[in-house]
Amino acid sequence: MTNSRTMRLLQAAAGLIALAAGWQILSMVFPHYLFPPIPEIFSRTIEILTTGSLLIDVLLTAGRIFGGLFGAFILGGILAMIIGQSRTAENFIAPVLTFFQGIPALSWVVFAIIWFHGIEFRVLFIMVMTTLPAFTFQILDAFRSMSKDLFEMTMVFRPSRWTLFRFLIVPTIVPGILTAWKVNLGNAARVVVVAELVGATGGVGYELLRQQQLFDMAGAMAWTLQLVLFVLVVQLTITAIENWALRYRAVSERAM
Amino acid sequence: MSDVDPVIRFRDVSKTFKRPDGRGDFVAVDRLSFEIAKGEIVAVLGKTGCGKSTMFNIVAGLIEASSGEVKVIGRDPFREFDFFRGKIGIVFQNDRLMPWRTAFDNVRLGLQILDTDPERAGDTARAWLKRLGLSGHENDYPHALSGGMRQRVSIARAFAVDPEILLCDEPFSSLDEITARDLRTEFVRLVRQSNKTAIFITHQINEAMEIGDRVMVFHRPARIAYEAKLNPAMTEKALRGVNEDIMRVLAVEHPPQALG
Repeated sequence: MTNSRTMRLLQAAAGLIALAAGWQILSMVFPHYLFPPIPEIFSRTIEILTTGSLLIDVLLTAGRIFGGLFGAFILGGILAMIIGQSRTAENFIAPVLTFFQGIPALSWVVFAIIWFHGIEFRVLFIMVMTTLPAFTFQILDAFRSMSKDLFEMTMVFRPSRWTLFRFLIVPTIVPGILTAWKVNLGNAARVVVVAELVGATGGVGYELLRQQQLFDMAGAMAWTLQLVLFVLVVQLTITAIENWALRYRAVSERAM
Repeated sequence: MSDVDPVIRFRDVSKTFKRPDGRGDFVAVDRLSFEIAKGEIVAVLGKTGCGKSTMFNIVAGLIEASSGEVKVIGRDPFREFDFFRGKIGIVFQNDRLMPWRTAFDNVRLGLQILDTDPERAGDTARAWLKRLGLSGHENDYPHALSGGMRQRVSIARAFAVDPEILLCDEPFSSLDEITARDLRTEFVRLVRQSNKTAIFITHQINEAMEIGDRVMVFHRPARIAYEAKLNPAMTEKALRGVNEDIMRVLAVEHPPQALG
């Protein structure tokens, strides 16, 4: 098992090293303002991470991503529970969410700029509206996959609604919630940059806009890497939580 | 409710379901009437789809009868659902263990739902696991247990809340014969010891006769086609007679097809 894990890590590292090597070769062929060398990108990345005034922009974006995702998660969870218990509610809410799903993120950005003044509220609104349908449908799917057998078994003990929620519904939907967070995290990271690019005065998106105006490719890459690193760290954290929360699952000794 | 009143009483109970294709109704239970006294173990036999499990769900209060009167401890189990908190225990055909809970936590589930003091709930769960030979497996998740062990956990879960009524839906049917026999013996001992009232659904005539004080045979839709009281004093010949009667009644519903 350790060998296969090491092999997977080596393969993943090899892919990234190949990508970096390709970029480095391009930097030797083309001017540096188009393809800056890897060491320069690396030093700019470290500079952002170690300079308080720059790091604050990364944290601002991270806060916006978490705020938006958390808002959509809470709202989506409530909507999923309502839909899950009432066919009428589903008939009413589901088409609206499907309609929202069809609206591009950029349209929400435009709507937010026209409707609201506060920058933070604009970003929060955009984040919530773009991730709400996915959260709702994913939690709803998890809720509906609840075992009828386990439900009946639990009902024999006559639990209160709260007890049923705590002992059966929450553990049932946890895998779905974790998957929803993983999927929506990537979407949120992309959307937040667009939102900040157009309507914010701080954050990674705003800094990217500045790098574009300065025609600073190394800076653009360094700021992009901040977001990539952030997503990677959060994904790894969610995976660790997932491994802990779903530790009860049987694992086949034969690797897939 | 006095001691002589039946613990479970069905009077002309029927249950119909809508067919999934929307074409009319399907009768699962047809004017079923019976009474079960306190401390009695009644084995219910019948072929697949004869409505045994529907009757079982009506007693448990999980579904409502379409007509007739159902009384369990003098109350309607569906309409007075909350009254039965901790009064009914069920052992299902499949163990229905929560995969995210350890054996210990699965046994503790009912006690937690009933708001039992956590320390007492823990002691009770441990005691039941020990009684059913599962000491040392408290922290195992269901996937790490064998079929027999999982079913033992589900029996422990049902007994842990000390219910007045036990409902068992073919609990040993998925186990190998030796494990099933051991669990059957243990089960009967536990029920007798605690003087519980029990309904035991099974497909096997021998199992029904080994467990029940009374055997009821259902025809489809659920109605009593045959009933026999059993007692330890019965001779071998009398028992064989009951066995043959049951086989005959079961065969009448679906006579064997002639070959060729």
